[in-house]
Amino acid sequence: MSWEKHDILERSPMLMFIGVLIVVSIGGLIEIAPLFWLRSTIEKVEGMRPYAPLELAGRNIYIREGCYLCHSQMIRSLRDEVERYGHYSLAAESMYDHPFQWGSKRTGPDVARVGGKYSDEWHRVHMIDPRAVVPESVMPGYPFLAERKLDYKNIEAQLKTNVSIGVPYTDEMVENAKADLETQAGKNTADLEAFLARYPKAQARNFDGNPDEITELDALIAYLQMLGTLVDFASFDESGPNLR
Amino acid sequence: MAAASQRDEWSALSDILAIGAAGFLTILGLILAVAGEDRAMAFHGCLLFAASGLALIYMLTQFVEKREPADTSGYADGVIRAGVIATIIWGLVGFTVGDIIAWQLAFPALNFDLPWTNFGRLRPVHTSAVIFAFGGNALIATSFYVVQRTCRARLAGKWSPWFVFWGYQLFIVLAATGYVLGVTQSKEYAEPEWYVDLWLTIVWVVYFFVFVGTVAKRKDPHVYVANWFYLAFIVTIALLHIVNNVAVPVSLLGTKSYIAYSGVQDAMTQWWYGHNAVGFFLTAGFLGMMYYFVPKRAERPVYSYRLSIVHFWSLIFIYIWAGPHHLHYTALPDWAQTLGMTFSIILWMPSWGGMINGLMTLSGAWDKLRTDPVIRMLIVAVAFYGMSTFEGPLMAIRSVNSLSHYTDWTIGHVHSGALGWVAFITFGALYCLVPWLWHRKALYSQRLVEWHFWIATLGIVLYITSMWVSGILQGLMWRAYDQLGFLEYSFVETVEAMHPFYVIRAIGGLLFLVGALLMAYNFWRTIRGDEPVDATDQPSVAAAPEFRPGEYTAPAE
Repeated sequence: MSWEKHDILERSPMLMFIGVLIVVSIGGLIEIAPLFWLRSTIEKVEGMRPYAPLELAGRNIYIREGCYLCHSQMIRSLRDEVERYGHYSLAAESMYDHPFQWGSKRTGPDVARVGGKYSDEWHRVHMIDPRAVVPESVMPGYPFLAERKLDYKNIEAQLKTNVSIGVPYTDEMVENAKADLETQAGKNTADLEAFLARYPKAQARNFDGNPDEITELDALIAYLQMLGTLVDFASFDESGPNLR
Repeated sequence: MAAASQRDEWSALSDILAIGAAGFLTILGLILAVAGEDRAMAFHGCLLFAASGLALIYMLTQFVEKREPADTSGYADGVIRAGVIATIIWGLVGFTVGDIIAWQLAFPALNFDLPWTNFGRLRPVHTSAVIFAFGGNALIATSFYVVQRTCRARLAGKWSPWFVFWGYQLFIVLAATGYVLGVTQSKEYAEPEWYVDLWLTIVWVVYFFVFVGTVAKRKDPHVYVANWFYLAFIVTIALLHIVNNVAVPVSLLGTKSYIAYSGVQDAMTQWWYGHNAVGFFLTAGFLGMMYYFVPKRAERPVYSYRLSIVHFWSLIFIYIWAGPHHLHYTALPDWAQTLGMTFSIILWMPSWGGMINGLMTLSGAWDKLRTDPVIRMLIVAVAFYGMSTFEGPLMAIRSVNSLSHYTDWTIGHVHSGALGWVAFITFGALYCLVPWLWHRKALYSQRLVEWHFWIATLGIVLYITSMWVSGILQGLMWRAYDQLGFLEYSFVETVEAMHPFYVIRAIGGLLFLVGALLMAYNFWRTIRGDEPVDATDQPSVAAAPEFRPGEYTAPAE
């Protein structure tokens, strides 16, 4: 190879710019683009549904407080992880997660299947003072969540935004967003059946032990209690064929 | 005459454009301040209003008073001096917050149970402050310095370089105050929300044009190797930033947005971004720095021209594939994981190509390691780069990763790169730049540089060794079984076991911060113009060019 040929690039910033752009585009194109059209990327499973409004609000608090920095939501297909946390995570289980919350560090345990593992009361006490229930914990306390009223005036717009990026909320879900949120928080029980028809397996109750207000803690516990509970692994066949 | 009047017209046009843009942003800031749907947006509207309002007033006074334009024949160094000061200040902020959150992990009471002080909100403040504020300012400042000197041309643009500087500071302030107030996208190292991302995009595009515009004005037909790396860094960061942050805001007057991608695609896009933030921001950009400051300080030419060509193209081609090694054994398809692992291992070679080129530049001048602590800092940085880029491919191997992932080993690995490579090469470059930019005969004190070097090195050693032990220990405890075949340890027992290492790590971080404080003090005395205490011990290259004996031209240029 003649090294003088490289001189052409060294004399033309424009050519070098184009060269760099081409060279750095290849890897990303090959690794990312196929994930959007290869059907085997997300195998179809029974039970996945979009987050109910209160769960979505709770998820936004989870994001706001940076919980993902210490808690993963991705159980790897390794023996000890499956025994400690439950069935390994499926791609389908985060298909409505904008953005994903797989995490990168476990200063605390994985929470992908934390739903139903502890009582609401445990979560309430744990959030207010983690060391009251786990003396060795290094988690910060979040007592302010129980005191703050949940701001959900734009919950309808939140759902609509999700629709625009492909989350299959129906018109009915969007219209009833506010009522559904209150129903799930145990505020009104009249529409409970319609709510559960829209969001199967959703748990509706007062989560934080304070029936007077819908607090941020209500939303966060509602989110934590549904994590990993949607897919029925009794009927899930991991050998396939279950391509979409 | 015609050329002069044409230049005046261009200058007037750029004044009008700059004033118009500032006016527009002032109005936009006012609208967001008044109509912002959440308090964070209103606060950020106020910041934008204040920043662009001040810029507008400043430019109008310049315009109205018809100030004689400052001497525009030489290099534009004002913006670089500002960048150096910003680098020092943001570095101190970033290291301090980092050490605070290190102590929080050892003693959780230090979270104070308040929203604004908990680990989850402060951690992005630390990462963004050190990567984007400290590292970013260092890259922008040194790239402006290097591109002018190696192209022998003044920075392109009249207001643009200053817009890049102040616009970038505004980006940092918007991002950091947002995190504290709970405004985050939750994508690591890409936490700023949609409107801050848009602002950074504008600043970055202007940065690109200033850089390329300066290269276009060069007097030498060749573009020097440092500039290739800076160019690759600027171009690729723009690509990564834009693709990874595609989001739909809930309201144009609110902070919250939803990322366009979900689940597995979002994970892949994020770690394509995340790993190449390391590859192009923290590696390619800083290699640009290495390719100027190491030869300059050592007064030796770059070791191998061919090696720089080979390792430049192979580095930027291979790095971009490495992202999936952050997602081993997850729900990401196996084929993508395998590609990521394979390219990560191949990446070892171009990385060490860069290391060899940097280290061997010292050929025939190894004695300077003993006499010049600044060169020692630069070379130890390159050595840490080599160590880090050996450890990285090792950790990208699936079976190793199954142990190391989710543990402190990753944190230790990142910090051997961030403290050892990025920060040390920056400190070395700053120790070169401060006397050169402020026209001093030498640094205030070379002894303080020695102290800085040893204290910071000790800090790094404490940091990475404690994280190796805690990471491997925790990974082994998670997968330990007792003789009956049950998991031996509960999760919280592994947390408890981390405590002593978290204390050691926090002490290591504190030492690193103390070293940086010594540096800041040394710079303050140097910039103030105090008489150097040990000028005779310092090499002649420590002095600004006009104070160096003889007619010296650097081989690097």
